[in-house]
Amino acid sequence: MILELRDLACGYGRRTVLSHVDLAISPGENLCLLGPNGVGKTTLFRTILGAIEPMAGEVLVDGRSILGQSRRERARLMAYVPQAHTAPFPFRVLDVVLTGRTAHIPLTSTPSHHDEEVARSALERMDIAKLADRPYTELSGGERQLVLIARALAQEPRVLIMDEPSSHLDFGNQSRLLGLIKALVHERDLAVLMSSHFPNHAFACATTAGLIKDGRLVSLGAPGDVLTEASLEEIYGIPVRILRGDPATDPHLKVCAARSG
Amino acid sequence: MTDGLADTVETNVTETVGAADAGEAQPVGLGTRLKDLAARMRLPGLIILPIVVFLLSLTLGRYQVSLGELFVLFGSKLGLTDATVSESVSTVILNVRLPRIIAAMLIGAGLAISGGAYQGMFRNPLVSPDILGASAGAGFGAALGIMLSKGILLTQLLAMGFGLIAVLVTYTLAGRLRRGDPTLFLVLTGILVGTVFTSLISILKVLADPYDKLPAITFWLMGSLAAVNRQDILLLMGPMVVGGAALLAVRWHLNPLSFGEEEAQAMGSETGKLRVIVIGGCTLMTASAVSVAGIVGWVGLIIPHLARGLVGPDYGRLLPVSAVIGAVYLLLVDDLARLAGPLELPLGILTALIGAPFFIFLLARTRRAWA
Repeated sequence: MILELRDLACGYGRRTVLSHVDLAISPGENLCLLGPNGVGKTTLFRTILGAIEPMAGEVLVDGRSILGQSRRERARLMAYVPQAHTAPFPFRVLDVVLTGRTAHIPLTSTPSHHDEEVARSALERMDIAKLADRPYTELSGGERQLVLIARALAQEPRVLIMDEPSSHLDFGNQSRLLGLIKALVHERDLAVLMSSHFPNHAFACATTAGLIKDGRLVSLGAPGDVLTEASLEEIYGIPVRILRGDPATDPHLKVCAARSG
Repeated sequence: MTDGLADTVETNVTETVGAADAGEAQPVGLGTRLKDLAARMRLPGLIILPIVVFLLSLTLGRYQVSLGELFVLFGSKLGLTDATVSESVSTVILNVRLPRIIAAMLIGAGLAISGGAYQGMFRNPLVSPDILGASAGAGFGAALGIMLSKGILLTQLLAMGFGLIAVLVTYTLAGRLRRGDPTLFLVLTGILVGTVFTSLISILKVLADPYDKLPAITFWLMGSLAAVNRQDILLLMGPMVVGGAALLAVRWHLNPLSFGEEEAQAMGSETGKLRVIVIGGCTLMTASAVSVAGIVGWVGLIIPHLARGLVGPDYGRLLPVSAVIGAVYLLLVDDLARLAGPLELPLGILTALIGAPFFIFLLARTRRAWA
């Protein structure tokens, strides 16, 4: 396995947000975390990325604690896709993607031809090569999200951490992005840890799903086993129904819907 | 002298023309070709422009010197020709104009690089090189030196020393107070430290002899290059070259840093080391600028914007281009300072008078990009 959390507790100052988190992700696996707003998904991600120190327990990447790794080493193993944001300056899209090469570029150097090739091929993989020369600040939220994923790919990591990657996308693009994530996991043997507000996203692309409630990771396993009507009703506090696709045409399709009354 | 300006204007004009052409669906219109030409001329323009302005500035002044005399003078100094120029031409050029022009170019370049680097690090296009209190500290050091009247060298060393101390205090305090984003606390403590040193300057002004020291302090703070000599160049050269080289070396890594501390770290940026290099380099350059020329505002704020308009925000290009434009800009403004009126005008007042309206023009033009 490539990413492992052992009895991890995280929070800010003296306030513990999450505790006793144990999980492991192997290459080719996609773990999708679900839980209500403010449950600590982003805090957990920041702890894994080393932005805040764990209050207890350990984060191991490639078998080693992240605390013993330099930022450069860590960034070559693990990339982060933030929610689509704005940049303070109107950087070209290609320049934004090139920042993903930071861990590969010495402090007193500028990007090499190889770095630029990697950045361009990441744009091509995300199907947005035509945006390369556009100012990042002029893109739509959905396009910016694709650029940020391309930037993470340019980092050439083995673990990809994505905070609600599809939250800014329209219905069609959400579905396309989830398909793309699924393909990438397979193609590059990536380990993905993502969060989402929609159980459907876990059904669509995750190999494992985890539910967070009251500061604990309450269940972890195959999406079909973890995301049941009963568990989702308990987590979100609304009646839920899970609908299955036609066994003849879409045997794997599962959709979760809020039930009225 | 107007080459580069023409270049800039041409770029703008051809962009408009190019856009009109696109509407008419001409494959290779005149506008497009002009635009290509302007883009290709940009790099040579940025090399030729400072040389032209440098040579012209040497000839300009109350004592007329022709370009021919200038070349003969340089030629004889380099041992290329046996011809000589008159003693007075040689004195005016080598002892008066050359030091002043070199100082203007070094300070202009240094302030522009500092401003550009800080704008990226603080993720804010409105930041200038004095944000951490370097100018206020250096101004206090200079005022203290004038009060002590132990010679110009001590005044300059005190200015540089207090500029460095002010930023060191800011940096240490911010590190102690810090919760979360370190740049926010740097800005806040920088404002505090700057205010304290500005107040200390006022105290010195109150205590100063109103017929002798007070005018000296006031004129120093207004900024001027009128009294620059060869010794000042020696004082200026070291910090400017060290600070400038350090910032230019790490310039590309300001790109990831401008996405914020946490995101940059997740991409592998060594943000702590980078911040120390940026703050150290900017402080060296800003404090040494104040120690020689007094407080020259607005250059570090507007020049990076001008450079962004020319080559875009990528720091790989932005910092070197800012340095060139800053050098040319401050040299032109200083030429104006010494030639425009019957009296020498304070440089700091001119940069503000030109800078403020120009900044409003830039704001109006680039507003969209910042939103």
